Amino acid sequence: MKTLFALLALVIAAPVAAQSVAITGGTLVVGDGGDPIPNGTVVVRGGRVVAAGVNVAVPAGAQIVDATGRWVTPGIVGGFTRLGLVEVSLEPSTNDSGAATSPFSAGLDIEPAINPAGSAISTNRTGGVTRAIVAPTTTSTIFGGQGAIIDLGDDMDAVMQPRAFQFVELGETGASRAGGSRSASHAMLRNAFDQAVAYARSPAGYGMGNSREALLNSRDAAALVPVIRGEVPMLVHVEQARDILNVLALRNDYPRLRLVLVGVTEGWRVAPQIAAARVPVIASALNDLPASFEQLAATQSNIGRMRDAGVEVAIGMINDNDAHYLYLSTQYAGNLVALNRIPGATGLSWGEAFAAISSVPAEIMGMGGEIGSLRPGRRADVVIWDGDPLELSSNVDMVMIDGVQQSLVSRQSRLRDRYLNIGETQLPQAYEW
Amino acid sequence: MMARIGIVAAALVSLVACATTNGGSASAENASHRQSYDELFDPDPFPSTYAPYPGVPTVITNTTIYDGEGGEITSGMIYFADGHIQAVGQSLEIPDGATVVDGSGLWVTPGVIDIHSHLGNYPSPGVSAHSDGNEATDPNTANVWTEHSVWPQDPGFSRALANGGVTTLNILPGSANLFGGRSVTLRNVPSRTMQGMKFPGAPYGLKMACGENPKRVYGSRNRSPSTRMGNIAVARQAWADAQRYREQWERYREEGGARPARNLQNETLVGVMEGEILVHNHCYRADEMANMIDMANEFGYRISSFQHAVEAYKIPDLLRENGICSAMWADWWGFKMEAYDAVFENIPMVHAGGACAIVHSDDQNGIQRLNQEAAKALADGRRAGIQISDAEAWQWLAINPARALGIAEETGSLVSGKRADVVLWNGNPFSVYSRPQMVWIDGALMYDMNDPQRRPISDFELGQPGEGSVR
Repeated sequence: MKTLFALLALVIAAPVAAQSVAITGGTLVVGDGGDPIPNGTVVVRGGRVVAAGVNVAVPAGAQIVDATGRWVTPGIVGGFTRLGLVEVSLEPSTNDSGAATSPFSAGLDIEPAINPAGSAISTNRTGGVTRAIVAPTTTSTIFGGQGAIIDLGDDMDAVMQPRAFQFVELGETGASRAGGSRSASHAMLRNAFDQAVAYARSPAGYGMGNSREALLNSRDAAALVPVIRGEVPMLVHVEQARDILNVLALRNDYPRLRLVLVGVTEGWRVAPQIAAARVPVIASALNDLPASFEQLAATQSNIGRMRDAGVEVAIGMINDNDAHYLYLSTQYAGNLVALNRIPGATGLSWGEAFAAISSVPAEIMGMGGEIGSLRPGRRADVVIWDGDPLELSSNVDMVMIDGVQQSLVSRQSRLRDRYLNIGETQLPQAYEW
Repeated sequence: MMARIGIVAAALVSLVACATTNGGSASAENASHRQSYDELFDPDPFPSTYAPYPGVPTVITNTTIYDGEGGEITSGMIYFADGHIQAVGQSLEIPDGATVVDGSGLWVTPGVIDIHSHLGNYPSPGVSAHSDGNEATDPNTANVWTEHSVWPQDPGFSRALANGGVTTLNILPGSANLFGGRSVTLRNVPSRTMQGMKFPGAPYGLKMACGENPKRVYGSRNRSPSTRMGNIAVARQAWADAQRYREQWERYREEGGARPARNLQNETLVGVMEGEILVHNHCYRADEMANMIDMANEFGYRISSFQHAVEAYKIPDLLRENGICSAMWADWWGFKMEAYDAVFENIPMVHAGGACAIVHSDDQNGIQRLNQEAAKALADGRRAGIQISDAEAWQWLAINPARALGIAEETGSLVSGKRADVVLWNGNPFSVYSRPQMVWIDGALMYDMNDPQRRPISDFELGQPGEGSVR
């Protein structure tokens, strides 16, 4: 079996700094929402995309990778994840997604908690995921803390942008975290914002004369200052139509908030309002059950209907095994394409579906100039697949991050190889490594 | 096996009855005692009232057929009427008056069978009042029957039908307990009652669990079991007690005297030892599956299936030799330690090892895409050099779960005489772009992609925003 893998693998020699790599002959997906392009070429140099398209000249001296019969795409961007924070979900010692007994909330910063060597990183890399938006979970308040954008490279430098956003719960979970009602969650939010304003006015004098019960510690208050100023986006998890409108209304009082809605199962019910507010959405793709009373209007057509209304929508995986299964992003996107063939359902075009797991999440986070597509100048996160990347029968042949070809070995592939030909050796399985 | 019988009562008083007969062969000398037992204790106190919905004779023409047992017919035909499959083949004569469905470019498969579902006992919405899957009050609740938790208005049933082509499903109790209770096999039809969904004559199952869940649940309460060795100790004692219980009833049958007190836990365990109730054993790790096999041998019962079986790929030989099916996910892992050694190729590796592989969901969303789960596993297997055809892989969704549930004579493949549980897919069912176009259960059309009226909406959804948008 090992020989077989070696034959299948595409090997790119480590490029010299100034050397170009040209990937030619494949079906090219730029990731910008357009259709796949037959026989396209991608040129990479110095870790960036130089050009991608049909009439792209291959520079002299470029290393050529023949991708004939394969698909070439930007890496998948995990739209909403807890990737890198969790090794084994139920083992608290390995789970850094939340901090139930910490005195801090909004001030928590996941940067030191991201483990680039975690097995979820390598396993998802083998599924073509190259970047992820990573959020903390909330525990004792509505604030989870400051999330990050990471890459899934096989190195210790995972965090691409720390403190990229603040994560807040304002639906059923938020109500529960705040003490039991939506009144409490909104009071907690506004009280915290008030204190952040006070902190910004006078960091040294912060807390003087305030009641202790409702006082935010200075680290939490400081983290909310750039949120109120609109310098850092606020990702808000809500599902129900009413909760969505409540979040949009926050801008009446805090006009500079850069809001991003997450989850948004009932988004289609208020899609015109979301579009009018120009608030982007990172939605769960396939929720179609009234899983809770805030998701009664769940339908797989949600994303398609929001798109029709002019909402900018990416696919995310909040609370959907979001620490381990980001490789499901392609399957989810493919399912939205499938809806187009069902009368009465609203899906996405193939190009839109792929963009929803690549360029759109990147653009929502203000990173569209760096990642999520193969437009010139972007970081060279390139994946070569043996077929349509949204199709279940396809597998990943090659992953490049920042222009560097990545290992596709994971704990899982090692276990598979150990047991694939069980019983054929003289020594016990444990020697078969 | 399919007759409606007093499974446990028959087992208790009629040791000559083998696992697959209906108890009617019990010798005459036992008859009076059995009769008296049956009079005292109704052997089937919650009988199925399921009746097929009306259907019309139907022929699907010129279509690709996976028969569910590994066979494939291209440009084939299938004819069903009176609730049953009448003929499957390359070319059939179309009977007068039959409805003809043009299957060009479409695929036909047997209805998907999910051997592990919690629809009804953990229904949507998942509010606290609906948490009816785990009677987590004692490590042995072999006395509970999960059919008494099933809420037929769970909106999940319709999603499983319309998006997943699921026609039969096994509802299991949860895995908090070593003995979680009896499972129930359902037809996926709307009904006002659980009894109206209950698969007539299907044997009961017993949900067992090994590993982390029972020891965590009871260990956290400073009760036994709190370790894996505790799991086995408590389970063995339960089996030993059930043996004694069986002996008491045997003695009563042979010698008369004071009638032993009835014990519902032991009734279920004795039913297992008699082969009338099928064990579905939640077990992730290879080493623990081996322990469960030894325990089964010690007490003389069989394990029908391991559920979740994340490490089944490590022991396909053991599973093959013991005739145990493994019900698996395609790619779940990492949520707990016993799910840490998952591999994407688990299902095809078990299949290639000659053991029985089943794709299961354990999930109200996953049950809508079991065909996709099989497709992913199939692709990963092929990538690793395991060549399995599409038609062969459909066994994971059809005849294999049917066998493990003891209903293979009734459903699970497209064979003449079986129930007409049929899905017409609008493309290759292993493609992400395909969905069920029409679904028949017992020959009755229960879903039609092109007919907005031909899909169920549960009571819960009526009058709610969206009102049951299944897609």
